[in-house]
Amino acid sequence: MGNLADQVLKGETRAAARLMRLLDDEIPQAFDELKLLYPQTGRARIIGITGSPGSGKSTLTNRLIAGFRARGQSVGVVAIDPTSPFSGGAILGDRIRMQDHEADPGVFVRSLATRGNLGGLSRSTRNVVHVMDAMGKDIVIIETVGVGQDEVDIVGTAHTSLVVLVPGMGDDIQAIKAGILEIADVFVLNKADRDGVDRSEREIRMMIELGGVDPDGWKPPVARTVALRNEGIDELLEFIDGHQAWMADRGELAKRQKRAVEATYWESVKAELLGLAERRTRELGLIEQMFPESGEPLDPYTAAEQVVASLMGELENGAT
Amino acid sequence: MSDERKLRILVAKPGLDGHDRGAKIVARALRDAGFEVIYTGLHQTAESIVNSAIEEDVDAVGLSILSGAHMTYFPEIMEQLKAQGVEDVALFGGGIIPENDKGELEGSGVARIFTPGTSTEDIISWVRENVQPRSLDI
Repeated sequence: MGNLADQVLKGETRAAARLMRLLDDEIPQAFDELKLLYPQTGRARIIGITGSPGSGKSTLTNRLIAGFRARGQSVGVVAIDPTSPFSGGAILGDRIRMQDHEADPGVFVRSLATRGNLGGLSRSTRNVVHVMDAMGKDIVIIETVGVGQDEVDIVGTAHTSLVVLVPGMGDDIQAIKAGILEIADVFVLNKADRDGVDRSEREIRMMIELGGVDPDGWKPPVARTVALRNEGIDELLEFIDGHQAWMADRGELAKRQKRAVEATYWESVKAELLGLAERRTRELGLIEQMFPESGEPLDPYTAAEQVVASLMGELENGAT
Repeated sequence: MSDERKLRILVAKPGLDGHDRGAKIVARALRDAGFEVIYTGLHQTAESIVNSAIEEDVDAVGLSILSGAHMTYFPEIMEQLKAQGVEDVALFGGGIIPENDKGELEGSGVARIFTPGTSTEDIISWVRENVQPRSLDI
């Protein structure tokens, strides 16, 4: 134990990539390595990019990488694509748009599949971000799956969340206001050379006003970009800087970091307890009792109470 | 929470030829077989393919080469994988590759060459039988 963690801290790319793989596969030993890395995390600035499919998230990410690199900052990217619910397989294609940086050792890109997780991220996303943070990446960009309304988990992980929209969505913006619009720290109106950009910007600004502006709060700015032609990226970077400075001023960064630690805690508790319950369910043969060949079947509610009671009994007896 | 680990496979097209239909069909078939496919598209250099293989920690790399440059790219990529310490990745591929060349490449360390006419089922069952998930250490 500790071999991979040591090598990650020495900047060994292969070790970091392997640890990410083992975390994604939920191999128990990998979490022992992560515990060793944890004290070295908390330095990276984490930026989330979310938006509907085809809004240009990957192309925008590619431009942002270049912007941060030009300032001398190292960058990690976690790009998430959906797992097919039918086959369990996935095509992860976000690297296609980030080829500019393949030869740059200051950039590390990792693709992840959702593996059945809802919310726009994989269960492993936060852990993979921790590895990039411990590697010493100054900036970590998380690109979520193309989202609709409910995929807002990014807000519990990122310090600054960008929501990418394209002109011409018209009244659709009204329809999705309850979803991803509420999580934006910065709006990006990408493909801003298209018709309807003024109207879309007006609608976004109206949405922000309607949301009730807290005079002490952060008012999300709207950046116009044409990522494909590298336009508007400098202004977007300024907006991101502005948000980070505001957060630092108000103690908001510490608040968001605390929220992320708590979320990591509860996710780990869930995973640990579920693992114990699965093992005990097998030991007690509860599934079999729900489907007996003859006699009265055990109902799933009673079965759940039994497995919890059994685990509790073990705890109270001081056994491990 | 399944105990079975998911295989990750990089599908890439090195070089200049712009015909990616075959690579896309294979990528899709591998996805439908339940694998995670990292697809990096056209015009890849050997360096970018090896870098992607390392950062994504894939179990196998599949190359599609229709340009006739297979006797250049396979050895070059194999060499670079070795130089980076990741020679344990299974390297396979397909394209317009004559029998003689297939024999030579497979003799020199390419795990498998698929020639025109191969069904996607053949590729999937080869992957299932020959590709292992990465070990717990490096």
